Amino acid sequence: MGALGLESLPGDAMINYVFPNNEHVFWSVMIVIYPYITGLVAGAFVVSGLSHVFKVKEFHPIGNFALIAAFCFGLFAAVPLLFHLGQPQRAYEIYATPHLTSAMSIFGYVYGSYMVVLMLEIWLIYRPFFIKKANEGAGGLFGLICRVLTLGIRRYTPEAAHVDHKFATILAGIGIPWAFTLHGYVGFIFGSVKSIAWWATPLQPIIFLMSAVVSGMAMLMLMYCFLMWKRKQPIDMPMMRKFVAFLWGFFILDFVLEMLEIMFAKYEHGHHWEVVYPLLTGPTLKYSFIYGQVLTLSVIPVVLLGFIVLKKMSDKMTILWTNIACFLLVMQVLFMRFNVVIGGQLISKSDRGFVSYQFEVLGREGLIVACGILSAPFIVYFILSRFIPIFEDPAAGAYESEPRA
Amino acid sequence: MTTKLKGLHMNKASIPVTGENYSDPRREFLKNVLAGTAAATVLMASGPGVAATKKFALPENIPDPYKAKHHWIYVININNCIGCGNCVRACKRENSVPDTVFRTWVERYLLTNEGVYVESPKGALEGFEHYNEEIRKKAIRSFTVPKLCNHCHQPPCVQVCPVGATFKAPEGHVLVDWTHCIGCAYCVQACPYAVRFINPVEHKADKCSWCYHRTSKGMRPACVTVCPNKARLWGDMNDNEAEVTKIFNEGQWMVLKPQMHTDPSVFYVGLPKEVI
Repeated sequence: MGALGLESLPGDAMINYVFPNNEHVFWSVMIVIYPYITGLVAGAFVVSGLSHVFKVKEFHPIGNFALIAAFCFGLFAAVPLLFHLGQPQRAYEIYATPHLTSAMSIFGYVYGSYMVVLMLEIWLIYRPFFIKKANEGAGGLFGLICRVLTLGIRRYTPEAAHVDHKFATILAGIGIPWAFTLHGYVGFIFGSVKSIAWWATPLQPIIFLMSAVVSGMAMLMLMYCFLMWKRKQPIDMPMMRKFVAFLWGFFILDFVLEMLEIMFAKYEHGHHWEVVYPLLTGPTLKYSFIYGQVLTLSVIPVVLLGFIVLKKMSDKMTILWTNIACFLLVMQVLFMRFNVVIGGQLISKSDRGFVSYQFEVLGREGLIVACGILSAPFIVYFILSRFIPIFEDPAAGAYESEPRA
Repeated sequence: MTTKLKGLHMNKASIPVTGENYSDPRREFLKNVLAGTAAATVLMASGPGVAATKKFALPENIPDPYKAKHHWIYVININNCIGCGNCVRACKRENSVPDTVFRTWVERYLLTNEGVYVESPKGALEGFEHYNEEIRKKAIRSFTVPKLCNHCHQPPCVQVCPVGATFKAPEGHVLVDWTHCIGCAYCVQACPYAVRFINPVEHKADKCSWCYHRTSKGMRPACVTVCPNKARLWGDMNDNEAEVTKIFNEGQWMVLKPQMHTDPSVFYVGLPKEVI
């Protein structure tokens, strides 16, 4: 026990006993970043939904930015799974022959259909831009893509804009419950595993959902501030203040649910707590969960965000504290994913011992590959932003543009 | 790669359970199922007594072994297990199981007033060493417990497999079709008994198959064959004269983790309450 850094062992165990097949953690870093990236998609989409559907006017300037960011994250949401699978060449079988009793089997369809909704919405919003570029005779691959995306319609009228806007709003309306479904569903994949005490709670889908919204919003704000700084443009302060208020609200919900889950297990004092308590006070989660996720990465931002919302402060200070809080929240959710995914597997199903976990750095499921996958959406965003207007109106100049003879 | 076990030579490629040559026994199975189903239907129609012997509630998508020609079950008598590890060695060789993972293993328990010592060094592949004097002085009782896949009637592993590569065969085996497994390890997470693993060589889900390649040809699983003290028994519940049926009908058995509601097909006789 001492060598393992455990304070106690469940089941009256005198020595740490792990089932022989439990010595490996079969879901590692790739399965940590898979729900993380999926969460960023859902969170970013919520911001665009607040702008396009719920008409939060302060968010209008970043509505399209949130949508494009959600798309960039969405492109890579399933990539960690491909790195994780033992037989990635058979991944299509989840689509081709889904076994419908499996919570995992529907993921392909939920994720695929969500991406279709997202891309359709982006296409409708950027249609005037594609028409304008096609009419201007843009060359190269970009010009070809623009011409294809116009689908042969080279005239943009106010009537067309009205219809597009209507359909884009409907798609955003479908997209919000679908984004929530996508991420609640990821939580369901974990929460429905009855054999792992740390996962098996009906709160899991809701916690995953809330943390997804928080991570997506926080990441969006960090990206926004960075981009404005790079572009030497002023930050939209009314937007930021409203954003922080929403973020604070979502994070309060998220944090309270996370703590409720623990408090419930402790108060119930059943089988779950017997294995969860030594896990939380054990050598890994004591630092990554209690000191990391809860005390540093949750308590500080919840206070900080409240402070920004409730107290009047200068723009400069608001920007500084918001960025610090957002950075802490982005890390909070990453820690939360780690603590859930890896933490659950550290409890041996022998119920008399705990597995010790070592990070893999190199290798297919290692930290280097994980960093590569996590940076990929930002690279795609950078490339996209070279070609399409993200903070400007995509319809600007489209009405006047005429197809070339 | 050839494995040897007490004169039995088997080419690994010919092992059908998780390999490509699976279709032949499956076809045989289907024939048996058809015949068994027809016979069972006649019996069911003949009177309520037969239906009353049904012991499990089965989910709709799982074949009912009572309607199959055979309904295999596995009985472990803790009182007879001496912890020699023969079964673990036989399984390793019979099924070419890599060193770091186990289709079956044996645990040794030592009960004291302070708590329980449980261990399974290398799955008991090399048996067990003697306890040191300090622990022996504290001992109240010690026993060994073999573990293997429970071939559940309500298997969580089958439920969660996203492509249906893991399935419940008509006569009770829970098997993995390696031609479809994508190696996602969801089944490994879902199994409450930790009897599943990702084969480190094949990168596919692996587990005890009750030696399907043997049992489908009328032989017993390797672990049962080599057990020197009849701690491991395997037989057909549809045969009223079978030893396992008699033990089952006596009702003096337990299953592992009954709170998981998986309806195991492995029954333990003399199972102490300390065993998880």
